[in-house]
Amino acid sequence: MLQELSWKVGGQQGEGIDSTGKTFSSSLNKMGYFIYSYRHFSSRIKGGHTNDKVRVSTVQRFSSADALDILLAFDQETIDFNGHELRPGGVVIADAKFNPTLPADIAKDVSLFSIPFTKIAEQNGAAIMKNMVALGATSFVMGLPPDFCAAELQSKFGKKSQKIVEQNLLAVKAGYEAMEQQGRTFPEFALAPATPDHHLLMIGNDAIGFGALAAGVRVMPAYPITPASDVMEYLIRQLPAVGGLVIQTEDEIAALNMTIGASYAGSRTLTATSGPGLSLMMEAIGLAGMTETPVVIVDTQRGGPSTGLPTKHEQSDMYAVLFGTHGEIPKIVLAPATAEECFYASVQSFNYAEQYQCPTLLITDLALSLASQSVMPFDYSKVTIDRGLLATAEDLAQVGPSDMFKRYERLENGVSPRVFPGQKGGLHHVTGVEHNEIGRPDEGAANHVKMMDKRLGKLKDVELPGSVSYRGAQDPDVLLVAVGSSYGPISEALDRLEAAGLSVGHAHVHVLSPFPVKSLSQRMQRARQVIVVESNATGQLFHLMRFYGLSHAEMSSYTKYDGTPFLPREVEEKVRGLMIAWQR
Amino acid sequence: MATVKEFRNSIRPNWCPGCGDFAVQAAMQRALGNLDLEPENVAIISGIGCSGRISGYVNAYGFHGVHGRSLPVAQGVKLANRKLTVLAAGGDGDGFGIGLNHFMHAVRRNMDITYIVMDNQIYGLTKGQHSPTSSFGFKAKTTPAGNIENSISPLQVSLAAGITYLAQGFSHDVNQLTELIQGGIEHKGFSLINVFSPCVTYNKVNTYEWYKEHTVNLNQFADYNPLDRGAAIAKVIETDGLCTGLIFKDTEKPVFEDLVKGYQDAPIVDQDLTLGQERFDRIMAEFA
Repeated sequence: MLQELSWKVGGQQGEGIDSTGKTFSSSLNKMGYFIYSYRHFSSRIKGGHTNDKVRVSTVQRFSSADALDILLAFDQETIDFNGHELRPGGVVIADAKFNPTLPADIAKDVSLFSIPFTKIAEQNGAAIMKNMVALGATSFVMGLPPDFCAAELQSKFGKKSQKIVEQNLLAVKAGYEAMEQQGRTFPEFALAPATPDHHLLMIGNDAIGFGALAAGVRVMPAYPITPASDVMEYLIRQLPAVGGLVIQTEDEIAALNMTIGASYAGSRTLTATSGPGLSLMMEAIGLAGMTETPVVIVDTQRGGPSTGLPTKHEQSDMYAVLFGTHGEIPKIVLAPATAEECFYASVQSFNYAEQYQCPTLLITDLALSLASQSVMPFDYSKVTIDRGLLATAEDLAQVGPSDMFKRYERLENGVSPRVFPGQKGGLHHVTGVEHNEIGRPDEGAANHVKMMDKRLGKLKDVELPGSVSYRGAQDPDVLLVAVGSSYGPISEALDRLEAAGLSVGHAHVHVLSPFPVKSLSQRMQRARQVIVVESNATGQLFHLMRFYGLSHAEMSSYTKYDGTPFLPREVEEKVRGLMIAWQR
Repeated sequence: MATVKEFRNSIRPNWCPGCGDFAVQAAMQRALGNLDLEPENVAIISGIGCSGRISGYVNAYGFHGVHGRSLPVAQGVKLANRKLTVLAAGGDGDGFGIGLNHFMHAVRRNMDITYIVMDNQIYGLTKGQHSPTSSFGFKAKTTPAGNIENSISPLQVSLAAGITYLAQGFSHDVNQLTELIQGGIEHKGFSLINVFSPCVTYNKVNTYEWYKEHTVNLNQFADYNPLDRGAAIAKVIETDGLCTGLIFKDTEKPVFEDLVKGYQDAPIVDQDLTLGQERFDRIMAEFA
């Protein structure tokens, strides 16, 4: 029995590949399996190869599997493009319509089953249900009952029409039977029973949107961009019920300036974007920093530079996020590793933004933003709303009739109380020009130093809780350092290396600013060798560590920038290779 | 009861003596006083340039943002607190150069905001470069041989984008300007008051005298109907944009805030942000 299985469906963009993957994933998630599903797609609406790679497991996974067990193909391109991922003994199930063949470089003992998906679908009502026929064929191979997706189809189509549900289920059953008639059984593909747990299935972007909702966000100005748009689409569905709104702005410059305006006037607000939009926001990030206006900006990293690879994975915005905007401002940068962490980090980002009154960036990478993951239900008791320092009625009553409120009064930790327009006694000025305590422009030398120190002092010597997590040997031969969704493949590599008796540790960075120098330094000191693993060409995290004074005699950078996330095998092999070289 | 006095503060503007912006400041203060608004319920958002400093010269909540982006900030303020009177202000470079994109979209969005542009047809703070409203042939530091670009017509652009309140004033006539600004604030929807506000230092062509000579007050046309969009467009073309008064007003078009699904009358800033366990569970169940 398999503890986990890797399955992929592929075809032309626009022919329902995405929804086939979703139906498969959701059905198995509902049964109690853990899902990790990663989509390959391109920047066009119709046409071009697309696929959805789904890992079904009895344990929680945050990465795609190294190899594929089952490939479901709606065209020859799918087989040609993905065939090399199949493990020896794997199975290809393809639509007979295109006379599928296996390429020469296919692994040993891979078998091809040609099933007339389209024809069977037509016989059952409509060609469009070929995906359901294909799912039926899959269910036979995996030893699942042909109604394994009944609950999912019910929730998907039930409201529309019961007839559609029934038709689809008949198509699934017909696919199951067609596979059965091939005369082969597949005991080696049978999945071990699922856990009895109840999981949620979501992408990182959904988790961020849900977190923002739970944190009390009411206004989201944003401009559509891949792979960030899901955050606004999620909140468009949710905010009206709580009296809030998403507003699609004319560009990202407007998006962040509007976010700043709404925050200044007292709402919890965020915007979400990706690289090109982040570049457009740079000036306004400085405005938020200078005016001490709390804002949350989600940056879902994709392949850069410029338009780059809009639908591909990369972690190359770290420099831009940390150092972007002219001049010097304090900034908080959170980098969650899983969808679950996206939720809690999203909630926390609003608290940090208001506690420290500075721009707070929540950065993900494409795999984290878009891959579906099974997560355990979130704990509402962990959701807190802390609006930071606000002027009290007594504070405002003390302001004289012709005086201004000291919005930028320098208190001990640099954070001053906020007031919102509409509050009596709170009149003050806000400006991006250097200013004094009441916000009036003041370009004096002493004042500039004082105010720079005030703003930058808010995060001086601060290390936020949970900035670095750690797994593995306490004094490892090899310490892996990484950020973002690489958490998944590295965790698995670590498990395998440890099982093989190697001494390995994994320090994962969850906060990039303030940079967790202390925690990382402690881990580095105990390791014999440090490898920084990241999805970019220049080794940004590696150089950030150096920039912040972290050094180690045996420190190297392992980068990947072909647009795909790391696989556990790749990290595992890299570490093994380095250890061999090092032991010589 | 608030009067014009409540909207004055002790800050001395850093404008040149004779600058047209003084009249705009006075007209804004008078309009706000006449409307009996309380300073704390007024937010003035401004851009960059000499005129952008105006948010610090009126006693109200003032926000002086970055160049060209006063309207996005102002719209954000309005969304968070729809009970506030929100004014945006800036110059012709701020509004029709770097910020033109935002202007067009703010117009078509039609939130209840009043935008006041101090149009002097030149960049003053950077010391005399041509602006998007500088005339064809206009000589400035950056157009030594004369401007070879056509100027933007703020009025035509506004009408094309579907503006619901459009007026043009002149710093020489504070009374008319006060009325126009007051009308803009009272209007439910987006309003633009474009003001000929001469730069006495760098624009030696479009002076007070020049405007006096070239502009025409729409009051002179007894049969002019500002509710007629076609007539407004015709009049703007006929006068080459050099008219003052209320040019157009649309009282039918609903404001953005009233069209937002689920948007409540109570300002967002006053809402309880807590989701509650029951609602949280219900939303979470959507991921099951």
